[in-house]
Amino acid sequence: MITIYSAKKIITMNPARPVVSHVAVRGGRIVGAGSLEELKRWGDHNLDDRFADKVLMPGLVEGHAHTMEGTLWRHVYCGFFDRMDPDGKMWGGAKTKDAVLDRLKQADAAMADVDAPLPGWQLDPIYFDNERVSRADLDKVSTTRPIGVLHASGHIMNVNSKALELAGLLKHGINHPGVPLGSDGFPTGELKGPDIMTPVGIHVGFDRDMLACDERGLRDFGKLCVRAGVTTVTDLAARLKDEAADMMIKVTAEPNYPARVVPLRFFQGLTPQELIDHAASLKKKSTDRLRLGMIKIVADGSIQGFSARMRFPGYFNGAPNGLWYVPPEQLLETYELALKRGLHVHTHTNGDEATQLAIEMMEKALIKHPTPDHRYTLQHCQLADAAQFRRMAKLGMCVNLFANHHFYWGDEHYNLTVGPERAERMNACRTALANGLPMAIHSDAPITPLGPMFTAWCAVNRITASGRVQGEYEKISVDDALYAITLGAAYTLKLDGEVGSIEAGKHADFAVLEDDPTEIGGDKLKDVRVWGTVQAGRIFEAAALSA
Amino acid sequence: MLPITIIGGYLGAGKTTVVNHLLRNADGVRLAILVNEFGSLPIDADLIEAQDEDIISIAGGCVCCSYGNDLTLALMDLAKLDPAPDHVVLEASGVALPGAIAASVSLLQGYTLDGIIVLTDVETVMEQASDVYIGDTIERQLIDADLVVLNKTDLISDDELQGVSKWMRDKAPRAETICSRHGAVAPAILLQSFLSQDRGDLMLPAHDADVLKSQAFTIEEAVDVEKLAEGLASRDLGLLRAKGFVDPIVGVRCAIQVVGRRWSVEDASPDAPLGLVTIGRQSTFDETAILSLISESAL
Repeated sequence: MITIYSAKKIITMNPARPVVSHVAVRGGRIVGAGSLEELKRWGDHNLDDRFADKVLMPGLVEGHAHTMEGTLWRHVYCGFFDRMDPDGKMWGGAKTKDAVLDRLKQADAAMADVDAPLPGWQLDPIYFDNERVSRADLDKVSTTRPIGVLHASGHIMNVNSKALELAGLLKHGINHPGVPLGSDGFPTGELKGPDIMTPVGIHVGFDRDMLACDERGLRDFGKLCVRAGVTTVTDLAARLKDEAADMMIKVTAEPNYPARVVPLRFFQGLTPQELIDHAASLKKKSTDRLRLGMIKIVADGSIQGFSARMRFPGYFNGAPNGLWYVPPEQLLETYELALKRGLHVHTHTNGDEATQLAIEMMEKALIKHPTPDHRYTLQHCQLADAAQFRRMAKLGMCVNLFANHHFYWGDEHYNLTVGPERAERMNACRTALANGLPMAIHSDAPITPLGPMFTAWCAVNRITASGRVQGEYEKISVDDALYAITLGAAYTLKLDGEVGSIEAGKHADFAVLEDDPTEIGGDKLKDVRVWGTVQAGRIFEAAALSA
Repeated sequence: MLPITIIGGYLGAGKTTVVNHLLRNADGVRLAILVNEFGSLPIDADLIEAQDEDIISIAGGCVCCSYGNDLTLALMDLAKLDPAPDHVVLEASGVALPGAIAASVSLLQGYTLDGIIVLTDVETVMEQASDVYIGDTIERQLIDADLVVLNKTDLISDDELQGVSKWMRDKAPRAETICSRHGAVAPAILLQSFLSQDRGDLMLPAHDADVLKSQAFTIEEAVDVEKLAEGLASRDLGLLRAKGFVDPIVGVRCAIQVVGRRWSVEDASPDAPLGLVTIGRQSTFDETAILSLISESAL
């Protein structure tokens, strides 16, 4: 039986009929999008008016997120900005260091066991004048339980004395660039970099594998998707051992799982050949709601962590060049093997030198294994210049730019990491599109919140957290931004034939909105209210999600 | 405390060959080898006793583990192995900075750093160091090395080798260098666990350009342990390695470890045999200087 939904407006992203009033659905797929008169001709149907006062869009596609956000919400939210948890509770931003400590004290008071660890996340001291949260501050919350708060960047953690003691670090004589010492010669409690966060993190309640997501976390992540209007989402770096892959297959197959998840196999710990073989074997396990078989490589570090690989003139504050996470030869070998095997690779590059390396290795690999329509994508690619975008376009590559980064850390990039000129061209959406490069934009959740409408707002307005427009020239139109969070992102995943627009034959995936993103005004795009989603014909109302 | 040796160097420098050579010559020392990925480490099938996803058990009590995306966790797990290994060898990935790894290892409970060894392919290292992408990485690997192995010396002429050696003194200022072919470096030079008096005369296969010499010294009087250790690590003596047990005061025993310029002093069991074993180059080995250092250190 066909169900025909009416809506106040249906924005299809199909240029041949961009706006329609009705969409007909059967068996989770779209039979047609058009007028009621047109769709009635399919025969027996139910007319469903529940969305009569809503705006429908194609289900939004998040091309760079991590399902671990679902797991992080079990820890105390210490972020500066308001953020909604999977159950729909809006957590107000903690605007001062004291507010962060108060929130931790509340969590501490609610815990029966005085020795149990207390983990928090999303701290960002740059918003309170970089005043650090010290060991002594966190000791005011508790001296009996280990406490650790992960920064929003994911690269730094602040812990209390108990946590340092448990990890054997509450002592003199430590000599490590990631462990600053106080005037008393003891560590301040700030830990920089994964090598040192991990051994302390396990004492404060963070999971051993910080990239991993457990069953409950994956279910909670699904709820976040519904609240953001997202129906297709990536999990951009997963190890996908057998038990993890099986868990993801099981959870996403649950009747009420609301999203299509695309996990990419993380490259580390495998030779290129092992990586290719594992990805190929995962691909065979794919289901409709868990699309396996893609690969993620990380070429360099992060710009704000000064570990991204930069070309001349390097970091604005004179910091030495960053770190490679893959040798050039290994990158090339992986591209070659993956092209030969028909596997799809996405590569993290932040600095422009890493982007240049990826482009050059890609060109070499393509000359050896010419491959039509490979859509190899550079993720973040934040500092790419016009010449790099031109070359990527010629090579058939795609880009997924980190539009949200510009809002959250744009001021920091302007003042500290890359300086004014390059900060203005970071995440250069307009230049990418002008050079014909297929483009998505992303949140990198949990680094920034999952919410493609917000991401679109970032790309349209390029406003930083301090309220400055940074890079006027690189702003894009609302239409281009909406394309990037639907068909644009779907294209980078080779799913644009299945999702990303509302037209006959595609999955019945819709974002159900209270406001019209094409009418509300580009400056208000982030305020578009999301009622919920329809995913493969199944209806998910955000307000009705069970806790 | 579990001694750990970090073996770094770019792709093709011969890290895997050296690690395999160590495994084949473990000679009763229970090694735990940590590698980034198993796939690059071809271990002879007859040596493998058992294998699962993260650990390979090897004849003679050795194990090999892959650390994947979290080296720190792998090291913490390794420290809990029962029975514990005698020595951990960490094969760093080709772009890793061994000095940074050593700094992180220094924060882990239960570990003591034995040394940083950086392998180089003498035929390509200077070219790699000028590569636009990886040149600075190569230099940052070398600058923290205690020992640099100039590997594959059979592929270049003696003149070229001299050029590389001279260049290396500039790029690896803290390091002693040693030549090798096919990664065949004596375990006693790479790992302190192979260097002890009760293991008898040391076999020291090395490239002809590096005729090595090992000598043991008896020290029965109490000594200023730190003065002795620092002296043994001085550039003047040019020792590759030294290891021994001495008494700062009667009834208290300390262990001295030296690799290149790096030295350490730790508490030791009172049963440990008094004395010192050293390895240096035949051409520069100065027994007299070592003997006078020992007598100058006497309390």
